[in-house]
Amino acid sequence: MPRPKTDQKTLLTAAIAVPLIVIFTSQLLDMSMGMALILGVLILLRLLFADNRAITIGIMVALLVWAVYLPLAHEENSEFLGIAVLILAYSVMALGLNIIVGYAGLLDLGYVAFFALGALTAGWFMSGFYAEAGKGGNGISALVSDPAASLPGIHLNFVLVAILAIIICAVAGMIIGLPTLRLRGDYIAIVTLAFGEIIGRIVINGDELHYKDVPLLGGPLEDLFGTGANFSAGRQGITPIDKIDFPGIEPFKSLDLRPWFWTALVLVLIVLFVNYRLRDSRLGRAWIALREDEVAAASMGVPLVKTKLLAYATGAAFGGMAGVFLASLLNTVNADQFQFFFSIFILAMVILGGLGSIEGVLVGAATLVYLNFKFIPDVNAKPREWFNLDLDMSELSSAIYGFLLVMMMILRPEGLIPERRRKLELTEGVGVGATTGVGAAESDVYEARA
Amino acid sequence: MSAVDETRQAGSPPEGAQDAILSTSGVTKVFGGLVAVEDVSFVIPRSRIVSIIGPNGAGKTTFFNMLTGLYKPTFGRIDFDGRDITGRRPDRIMALGVARTFQNIRLFATMSAVENVMVGQHARMKAGLFGSILRTPRVRKEEERVTAKAREELTYVGLSEDVHDQMSVNLSYGDQRRLEIARALSSDPKLLLLDEPTAGMNPQESKALTDFMRKLRDERGVSILLIEHDMQVVMEVSEHITVLDHGTKIAEGSPQEVRQNRRVIEAYLGKQAERDHAGRDQAERG
Repeated sequence: MPRPKTDQKTLLTAAIAVPLIVIFTSQLLDMSMGMALILGVLILLRLLFADNRAITIGIMVALLVWAVYLPLAHEENSEFLGIAVLILAYSVMALGLNIIVGYAGLLDLGYVAFFALGALTAGWFMSGFYAEAGKGGNGISALVSDPAASLPGIHLNFVLVAILAIIICAVAGMIIGLPTLRLRGDYIAIVTLAFGEIIGRIVINGDELHYKDVPLLGGPLEDLFGTGANFSAGRQGITPIDKIDFPGIEPFKSLDLRPWFWTALVLVLIVLFVNYRLRDSRLGRAWIALREDEVAAASMGVPLVKTKLLAYATGAAFGGMAGVFLASLLNTVNADQFQFFFSIFILAMVILGGLGSIEGVLVGAATLVYLNFKFIPDVNAKPREWFNLDLDMSELSSAIYGFLLVMMMILRPEGLIPERRRKLELTEGVGVGATTGVGAAESDVYEARA
Repeated sequence: MSAVDETRQAGSPPEGAQDAILSTSGVTKVFGGLVAVEDVSFVIPRSRIVSIIGPNGAGKTTFFNMLTGLYKPTFGRIDFDGRDITGRRPDRIMALGVARTFQNIRLFATMSAVENVMVGQHARMKAGLFGSILRTPRVRKEEERVTAKAREELTYVGLSEDVHDQMSVNLSYGDQRRLEIARALSSDPKLLLLDEPTAGMNPQESKALTDFMRKLRDERGVSILLIEHDMQVVMEVSEHITVLDHGTKIAEGSPQEVRQNRRVIEAYLGKQAERDHAGRDQAERG
């Protein structure tokens, strides 16, 4: 029987964190009390037996079983499940951005671009948008059942579309990454911010972009997507989007959120797996080296261009994947979703949880999704009921994020669950002096050789 | 230029220029209007310890940065091991076998000592994105090999086992210097560039480092190029010395020859005879 870890700090953390988690999930998120308590116990065990590998693996398996069972403990279209599905979907996004910002240290303020491209991919290949596509406008379909299979438009299976979105976004991520290769720090943020806006504008004005005007490829594209096909539906948006549909089982329904939850859970598990595997690999080490000291990394044989582009591509791919899922879940691809605020929303999850920390990013995603989709709407509704006021608190959501982030920076700058490296850097003031200070002093003589 | 010629005639030319591990010809670097390094040609013979010395601001580190690819020479050509490496990317040059350390230690602060050395082997590894995600048997083997090699190198430079897994910033200054050398060595370089490795070390530590350099040369056949301010170290360990001042090569030869060279003494101590005439001029240079 392994002895639990009993140092004061662990006990204190457990004593504060576990009841908080139980209260947060059961009271605020409306999770069933039983499931919340089980979660609390599992996290308590995780904290106490952090050193024991066998027990940790056991707890991870138990957590997985807990997560799979979770939707069955709630009604199939309960508010809780709606929030839970969103938490998972946004976790995929946040874990993707975590690779770019957390691992490789490239501050990306235009992550919305990949949500937009992913959602747009769903719009192209999972809806009736290209109504003229296929022979005689009969539509193209692959691995989907009726009614989608017999409708006009292009209707591909969710998995196929997700793979397409991953490819499209990975390529787009590299293209967006290219102009930032010679830049550092804040300048990267500005360029990526601009690209995020550019993609949003293109989607809004995409109804004017006709494939027939594309040089050389115009003919073949027109053949594929039908005559008069354009890039997007502009402000009108593309709706409806096919529900996720796997051969053998009936298509998902908007009112039964359980299959959506399980699908999102699988996506999260895929991204988690990739995050963990990459963290302790040749590529992961190269990313961290790059973040710490670019000059030293290059001198030690890390190719800057390739390593940075791989970070952009990997992060973007997950954004695209989540974009397809969200488009199908929300049943629309609307240009108004692709705002700068979305990039900040995801970035805030990563920073709130702890840059580079996988567990932290999950907690950050859960917290902010709760704030955005439950807390603020609730707060918005309640005072109006009480005081009969005509006050729109949703306008205040940015202020609430701002306040939260400022408080975080003061109280816990390393994030809720910091990565061990960051923790060290911020609490002991190391790394800053050893690397950035020197780097700044030398940057005037260093030629950024991408 | 005449001083250079004098030294050449008087002393031994760099032996076996054909058997050079690295040679430069007419390397020049201009930053805006400032000529940092001008027309430097020199040769590092295989398995030799060679030094570059010169007063502060003489262009030594700039020259180093050109050899390792951080700077692109404005003019001139650099050959390494029979290949033209002028203006190649730093990681490519590293992969060919040139490893370096930095004047002010540049470790990956929040990585452990072992991880630092593993990054040093990046160019010797093959694992790609998908291989790493799937962790194929080949990738797994490679990771094991690289980890073992990293620990081996750490022990070789004299870091005890109990600091192998500590974050590099928590190591003592001397250990950080050693770690930087281990990181450079882990790629099995043919040429090792050390930029002021004994800075901040006490005489015993400096002595240990010079012994280590010799050991490295004898056991592994590594050629070493050293930038150093500590004249005792330079004179003791170098087989050949090149002196830079204001970006140009003013002398080269054996330690004995360089020690007696008039221009070297002038560069370090100032010109005795002309001091009265050109005092202001000298002050500006210094």
